[in-house]
Amino acid sequence: MQPDWPQEVHRALSTAQVRIVAYVPDAGHQRLIELCQGDRKMRSVVLTTEEEGIGLACGAWLGGEKSVLLMQSSGVGNVINVAGMLRTCGIPLLMIVTMRGEQGEFNSWQVPMGEATPGVLQAMGVSVRRASRAQEIAPFVADALRHEQATAVLISQGVIGIKSFRQ
Amino acid sequence: MTLHRREVVKTLLAERGELLVVAGLGSTSWDITAAGDAPLNFPLWGAMGQAAMVGLGLALAQPKRSVLVITGDGEMLMGMGSLATIGVQQPSNLTLVVIDNERYGETGMQKTHTAHGVDLAGVARACGFKYSKTTSSLKALRSIIHKGAGPNFAVVKVAAEKLPLVLPPLDGVALKERFRRALLGDSADVLSQKR
Repeated sequence: MQPDWPQEVHRALSTAQVRIVAYVPDAGHQRLIELCQGDRKMRSVVLTTEEEGIGLACGAWLGGEKSVLLMQSSGVGNVINVAGMLRTCGIPLLMIVTMRGEQGEFNSWQVPMGEATPGVLQAMGVSVRRASRAQEIAPFVADALRHEQATAVLISQGVIGIKSFRQ
Repeated sequence: MTLHRREVVKTLLAERGELLVVAGLGSTSWDITAAGDAPLNFPLWGAMGQAAMVGLGLALAQPKRSVLVITGDGEMLMGMGSLATIGVQQPSNLTLVVIDNERYGETGMQKTHTAHGVDLAGVARACGFKYSKTTSSLKALRSIIHKGAGPNFAVVKVAAEKLPLVLPPLDGVALKERFRRALLGDSADVLSQKR
């Protein structure tokens, strides 16, 4: 049976006392976003672009709070320049990234950024963990929250399922 | 009457008390430093467009403290979406002040969008800021920063002038750590969860 990774990740965020959850929605994050929205100890912040999550994380950490940024891989391209602040200032942001453009992707426009995602993150000094199975996600998240470094956990499209254009 | 940016920022930051201050990349970082470098200043040396969001993160993490973001018109234009994000969150303790010289001051004084009539206070008002005005009344603005039920937004039009640089510390880790220690005390250095 598939583990209930959104529930496990929500529990890991809760255990680590993450109180600020920023996101640009992705279908793959739908359930986790709903769990965080329903948690009275967490503040959900909907962003207009993923870049805003970097500034938010920096301010939250200055004020003593950890935050997490939920997005899809296309959003990684939107954060490149400002992600430099994570390294320059030593801000421990966790990004949970659902992948597009991998095996089975229908929309070829998602492929270039999907392929570039891990390289772009690493080039900006963000540690990358790739979860290709659902049961790997929450342990990677818990590790990243303990290490207090800028880390991205990439969730393979195989775990999320392929976006259908038939609905 | 023409206002000058250094005097405006100095007036806004006089007797600042417990105020937490973020400044955007460029001239406003030099302005807050000219008014007096302080541990509870966070001057940005990069991440153009993110000053307002750094302010939002701080305001959400520290709801009992007043947070002031001082930034330029060019920097604010790059992060205009953050006005919508702040409008949704409605942090009552956050004020954004745009020091608007209608120029990209660090790159040769090219005109910005505000020189062509783009109204940032109008954008902030439309995004749901409780107070949003283009103003030259610094006394009223000071009281809004410290007491106002925000989110608040003000544009202060200033002369387009090139001033001597007054640079804050450059080391980002040092800026972050001195800010956290001044705000959080000893707990700034304690791990944020049990291992």
